[in-house]
Amino acid sequence: MTESDGSTQPMTTTRAPTREAGDAAVLLLGITKAFPGVVANDDITLALLRGEVHCLLGENGAGKSTLMNVLSGMLRPDAGRIVVDGREVEIDSPRRALELGIGMVYQHSTLIPTLTVLENLMLGAGGGLRLDVRGARARLAELAGTLGVEIDPDAVTGTLALGQQQQVEIVKALWRGSSVLILDEPTSMLTPQGVAELAKVLGGLKQHGLAVAFITHKLHEAAEMGDRVSILKQGRLVGELGPDDLRGRSHEQLQAEIVRLMFGEEAKEVADVAELEERVEGHEPRRGRGEAPLLELIHVSAAGDRGQVGIHDISLSLLPGEIMGIAGVDGNGQRELAEAIGGQRPLTAGEVRFEGRTISTLGVSRRERLGLRYVTDDRLGEGTVGSMSVALNLVLKRIGEPPFWRRGVTQRRSIEATARELVERFDVRTPGVDARVATLSGGNIQKVMLARELAFEPRAVIYSKPTYGLDVRTIKAVRARIREQAEQGVSAIVISTDLEELVDLCDRIAVLSRGRLAGVVESGPGVAQRVGELMVGQAA
Amino acid sequence: MSDVAATAEHTVAAGRAGRFAALGDAGIRSVGPIVLALVAGAAILLALGRNPIEFYGDIVEGGITRTTGLQDSVTRMAPLLLIAAALVVVFRANIWNLGIDGQFLLAAAMVAGVGRDLDRALPNGLALGLLWLLAAAVGAVWTIVPAFLKARYQVNEIITTLMMTFIGINVANLFIKGPFRDFESTNVPQTSVLPVEQRLPDIPGTSIHVGIVVALVACVLVHFVMTRTAFGLRLNVLGANPRAATHFGLSVPRLVMVSFAVSGAVIGLAGAAEILGVWGYVRADWNPAFGLIVVPLVFLARLNAIAVIPFVALLAVLSIGGDLAARRADLPNDFLLVLVGLILLFMAVTEYLGRRRALGASYLTEGLVAALRRRKRP
Repeated sequence: MTESDGSTQPMTTTRAPTREAGDAAVLLLGITKAFPGVVANDDITLALLRGEVHCLLGENGAGKSTLMNVLSGMLRPDAGRIVVDGREVEIDSPRRALELGIGMVYQHSTLIPTLTVLENLMLGAGGGLRLDVRGARARLAELAGTLGVEIDPDAVTGTLALGQQQQVEIVKALWRGSSVLILDEPTSMLTPQGVAELAKVLGGLKQHGLAVAFITHKLHEAAEMGDRVSILKQGRLVGELGPDDLRGRSHEQLQAEIVRLMFGEEAKEVADVAELEERVEGHEPRRGRGEAPLLELIHVSAAGDRGQVGIHDISLSLLPGEIMGIAGVDGNGQRELAEAIGGQRPLTAGEVRFEGRTISTLGVSRRERLGLRYVTDDRLGEGTVGSMSVALNLVLKRIGEPPFWRRGVTQRRSIEATARELVERFDVRTPGVDARVATLSGGNIQKVMLARELAFEPRAVIYSKPTYGLDVRTIKAVRARIREQAEQGVSAIVISTDLEELVDLCDRIAVLSRGRLAGVVESGPGVAQRVGELMVGQAA
Repeated sequence: MSDVAATAEHTVAAGRAGRFAALGDAGIRSVGPIVLALVAGAAILLALGRNPIEFYGDIVEGGITRTTGLQDSVTRMAPLLLIAAALVVVFRANIWNLGIDGQFLLAAAMVAGVGRDLDRALPNGLALGLLWLLAAAVGAVWTIVPAFLKARYQVNEIITTLMMTFIGINVANLFIKGPFRDFESTNVPQTSVLPVEQRLPDIPGTSIHVGIVVALVACVLVHFVMTRTAFGLRLNVLGANPRAATHFGLSVPRLVMVSFAVSGAVIGLAGAAEILGVWGYVRADWNPAFGLIVVPLVFLARLNAIAVIPFVALLAVLSIGGDLAARRADLPNDFLLVLVGLILLFMAVTEYLGRRRALGASYLTEGLVAALRRRKRP
């Protein structure tokens, strides 16, 4: 590693590979890393080869991210060696990792939302006092071209959809000419199209001789994207499938094999989770036929936040006990739609009716009391107050209401008792109802939100990406909860970018595109294809 | 600020043992920095050729042990505590009302300006009561512009409140030099003087006016409201996560307006306490500038209206007793500010260290912590 990259100078996408494809770019030897009470990585040895996508597969907490954080210099291993380009190295900082040509894209955004794309990219560029804006623009255009995407250099990052932000993150990781790219759960915020696009991008990077490490907990992704799959379980490497293994078998065999390695004897228990099934065929719509609609949207329009599309002229009706899906590429008005129904966003035109009466002018609390609930996808950003207790978070939509408040004074006993009951009923794993929400895992925070929205007699619930970022078991629990509620006559609107999830859950699926309704598809055989056609048709 | 804002009080039912541990921790954090600051201050005094033990002894004598010293210190606490209580309300909502001096001075000027005339026209008790209300109203009114701009247009309130202070101080001077000016008195423009016997009564047996009682009641009341009521929780939610406040259906603009008005009103009361209890008049260009010295104390007390009391007491003793000490040591009064600055500096340092430790621990579950403790023991 003699070359030191000028901040924005290198005009090639990657370093010219010094060796042939198939050579090891990185060797991890016997990596061990323990945290208090947990051994996150236990003597793990694996190689990242040039021109290969290497999937690291495992449940949440299996140690995938820890391993890659060791490689990217965020963590230092307790034991083990790292060999980069045939030379043993010590990676003591993310900066060192970058110098060695190892770039990482984190699961959570590391971009500064108030800066533009270009500014974010130039942040890590180093160099002298003067910013080379022109050079940076050229570099961005070039990298975007390589990725096959379009990125507006002057867009304020926070206003971009999550999928676009991820593309910026990838550009950022490649900015200084990395030859190893680590992607931590890159698809957790992508749409089906986004995933397909990512697969294409990865194909391009492979051709340029990059070694790509791809962290995921989704089996089918590992099987589809990976040239090599390593399976981690509780900090140990429990299996590796090379290119020959992957080629030699059918998809079903492969997934069965991975499930066996991942879950061992528990395989049966999780095998019915939708993503393990090859293709879910829709089911016959079964609910609410011939009844009066519970929730109606009549030519509803609402403005989007700065830089985001709003919603235009949307008419929908939701029958009692029906589950309606909202499909579409992320950032096409999903959040705006949910907020307009939930009462958080004022309408610019049209009307929302609940049980035949207009509720367009009612605020969140009034709609909440009618039984209209909204489970947001931004769990810590708006769905909960992380520094407050689980108990309080469970009643935050009822501040001031009896029995939790009497004459404005907090009734702690009452809140606590209700909280205990809800924690029990919704299986929230928490040390106690007084634990701060921010200390819980994502899945348990989601359960806290579900408990809050589904308690106190819900009538219609809007779920925004209800299983996003959750582990297999929690996904299963959440979907079961949505179905169970529907059985009891509670209607649902499920917004998701995971088409399989929608097909699995919903009676009807509406497709949003650029804030407009592209169409509504009844469930039944071939529904996924029809929804896909609507999505693609409008996208083109 | 957000995680300070919603600390232990609102977590329902913390364990009793945990509460004692937290108290001990808080004790170390408050006493430690004071000791450190005194040591550092002693080093500076030695370097200046003064005897630090004598100096500190004089502070204690002037601020506590001399009868008038202790009474002066307690008297000084009244306006400081009212300001602190007012700031707890807004800071918990993550609203930066830094227009303290403007609200304080304007309220003080109005009270002084109409005080004597009102007192002549009405029975003393009623007049005093009305003057308290007038001060509260003036303080609250002076927050309307920044509050409205923030609520409606998200204009940064730090800038607007500071500008309003600038305007407020000068408007107060305009009144004092204009309509409120008492031409019978000295050359320096000032308002008419409320006679001593018409001011706030003293606590029996002391020369401490009852303003301190009002201030302590205000602290307790604010603490109760912020930790045990729906209104307080709404402000805490707004402070901890404004987007969540919208999601939960709270009316953010209304909360901004109301909390601003409440804090302005209580700061106005501080002005009333100082005029009705101590001075009886306001002279042009008078500005005790209590505001910015109270702000750090409120944060160091973790936005807790009860915990701020000892901090304010310390500040009061230092400023009263320090007068005597500085005079005897032939040092300028400014040296006291150095001492106050050192205390704040060391408080911030211990706070930072303590926070880092607590943050590390908070991510471990209780069971895990217990397991680790067990493992450490042989």
